Amino acid sequence: MLEIRNLVVDIDDKRILNGLNLTVNKGEVAAIMGPNGSGKSTLSYVISGKEDYTVVDGEILLDGENILELDPAERAALGVFLAFQYPLEIPGVGTMTFLKAVMNAQRKARGEAELTTPDLMRRVREAAEELSINQEMLKRPLNFGFSGGEKKRMEILQMALLEPKLCILDETDSGLDIDALKIVADGVNALRSPDRSFLVITHYQRLLDYIVPDTVHVMANGRIVRTGGKELALELEANGYADYRQQAAE
Amino acid sequence: MAAVQETVDRVKAIDVDQYKYGFETVLETEKAPKGLSEDTVRYISAKKNEPEWMTQWRLDAFRRWQTMVEPTWARVDYPKIDYQDAYYYSEPKNFSGPDSLDDVDPEILKTYEKLGIPLREQELLAGVKTSKVAVDAVFDSVSVATTFKEELKKVGVIFCPISEAIREHPELVKKYLGSVVPASDNFFATLNSAVFTDGSFVYIPEGVRCPMELSTYFRINERNTGQFERTLIIADKGSYVSYLEGCTAPQRDEHQLHAAVVELVALEDAEIKYSTVQNWFPGDAEGKGGIYNFVTKRGDCRGDRSKISWTQVETGSAITWKYPSCILRGNGSNGEFYSIAISNGRQQVDSGTKMIHLGKNTTSRIISKGIAAGKSDNTYRGQVSAHRKASNARNFTNCDSLLIGDQCGAHTVPYIESKNASAVFEHEATTSKISDDQMFYCMQRGLSDEEAVALIVNGFVKDVLQHLPMEFAVEAQKLISISLEGSVG
Ligand SMILES: Nc1ncnc2c1ncn2[C@@H]1O[C@H](COP(=O)(O)OP(=O)(O)OP(=O)(O)O)[C@@H](O)[C@H]1O
Ligand SMILES: [Mg+2]
Repeated sequence: MLEIRNLVVDIDDKRILNGLNLTVNKGEVAAIMGPNGSGKSTLSYVISGKEDYTVVDGEILLDGENILELDPAERAALGVFLAFQYPLEIPGVGTMTFLKAVMNAQRKARGEAELTTPDLMRRVREAAEELSINQEMLKRPLNFGFSGGEKKRMEILQMALLEPKLCILDETDSGLDIDALKIVADGVNALRSPDRSFLVITHYQRLLDYIVPDTVHVMANGRIVRTGGKELALELEANGYADYRQQAAE
Repeated sequence: MAAVQETVDRVKAIDVDQYKYGFETVLETEKAPKGLSEDTVRYISAKKNEPEWMTQWRLDAFRRWQTMVEPTWARVDYPKIDYQDAYYYSEPKNFSGPDSLDDVDPEILKTYEKLGIPLREQELLAGVKTSKVAVDAVFDSVSVATTFKEELKKVGVIFCPISEAIREHPELVKKYLGSVVPASDNFFATLNSAVFTDGSFVYIPEGVRCPMELSTYFRINERNTGQFERTLIIADKGSYVSYLEGCTAPQRDEHQLHAAVVELVALEDAEIKYSTVQNWFPGDAEGKGGIYNFVTKRGDCRGDRSKISWTQVETGSAITWKYPSCILRGNGSNGEFYSIAISNGRQQVDSGTKMIHLGKNTTSRIISKGIAAGKSDNTYRGQVSAHRKASNARNFTNCDSLLIGDQCGAHTVPYIESKNASAVFEHEATTSKISDDQMFYCMQRGLSDEEAVALIVNGFVKDVLQHLPMEFAVEAQKLISISLEGSVG
């Protein structure tokens, strides 16, 4: 599904990703853990096509196709979804309006018919209910004045509605209370399927108790420095990143 | 949302820098000699078969104008206008007057059709549009057609070119013309008073709710010709009218002057709703060509409990100098101003309103949304004042600016003045920018950059759009996106 080869990325001449290799198979849930500033969010932005980054070397293949030349909207239409670490507020644009625009934009890009308003409303309501998102929130401007936890849930709602192939979750657990964490994890688990891959960026084992990963990668200084099974997360929880910091610096 | 999608499709369908209404109609025209003098004024007056009192009124204005100087306080910058280097009157050759549509030059009918304004009543009726709109079509200096006149006449509504009203309803014109915007009001209004050519006249009799929307569609076609329209709307006691104004011009390299005067009079318990979609040619991306739009629009809430609301969508013109205002004279009268002003390329907009509270318990509301993109400059200039006797005057002003890119400017210049201690004026203003992160967020969800801007801008202006008549709102929404085309990336 996702294959990243020797990815080297700069921002303003500062090297952030430094020869990163990563493979996520179809249907796999891969967790990425690593110290602050190690480049996890940068990786998620580069996969989804944010400008500002200079890709110096390497490639990112999605189902075998190099996506580096595509703009963010084209990547989205191919099924890349990023649940942001800090979701943006879009003042003035009602949540329902936004959802309709993005769902139809992607359908159109894939040559599918637009959804009718009743069909769309039904889908949104059902998905919102699963995530315990109050209908009232759907009438407010997207993320505008939402609490941190509400914003995170709204990201998962969009993910559920857009049915992506590759879901990247950047610290979706931060800012969630315990109940919300369960709701979000259930939402993500419901989307797990043999055709869908996940890249779950987190600092805490707790999330991985709910969303049990197939693989865990440790990232430090812009590289994947270790890969293991779900038990690796427990080891990190116990020992911290001291070993890896040193290793990456060498 | 369908509308947003449609907007985006429209935006994509046209090239950057392609002003949709920029075509020219090739016609033989008859023009006044170039330049401005008493002879020009007499020429126009004679062309319109005006009575002597009207000719004198114009000449008085002209003499006064010669003593006036062009104002410079607005935040706009343009080379000095040579008033002698323009034509002040242009009409299609063999023009016989607007009596019968069959006499109208087919080229002109085609022009309006191309602009989406069918002038034949049967076509209007047969069209998909559900609501009926009566249209007065002004082409350069003359009104070429006015539709549904007969039907309106049945309920006593007068809707005709102002040139016709001067001849046929002199008592109304004498009483009201210049009563809101005096001939001496300001440089551009005084110039207009001397040389105004055509425009619409509306009179709604006491207690009548006008059975359809009235609209005037202004088109400047001729090269080097200024358009000086004059509109006068009178809503008698307890009446109601909704009036729409649209404007376009061909794409030309040189600048053209448009100096209009619009006067509204609302008597006791009357209500006038005046909506404008101004889409004059804005000039190209480098600032070549485009209309200089210097307009004086003022409404007088003369009667108690009367109401006037201005709604404007300003997307065109190289320079906009325009402050639709309300004089709240009647006790309990109400004035409203809803504005969307968009500037892109090298456009300069200095627009806003004045709410002059004179009567007791008068209320006013101002919602202004300025959007600046490209290298444009967008200024909101608004005055709210309460006279000594205006007890319990209330105003609420909300002025928001949205910047797209970092080469444009948005400015807010409020003047607030209260001579009555019981007046309560509230003013809110915000300036925001569409951030790169917001753009990326929208694009990550699958929107193109233009779709993302259209979505955010339509969200920004929706409070104002909802004050436009339905069909106009959809049209305006499209226009907004087209105006902002090329503003990203
Ligand atoms: N626009 C920028 N200009 C300069 N440096 C940047 C910029 N954006 C990110 N960086 C740097 O890149 C490095 C990686 O940042 P990134 O946000 O990817 O880390 P992260 O692993 O997601 O950290 P966290 O766990 O705190 O979220 C950091 O040192 C950060 O300061
Ligand atoms: Mg991060």
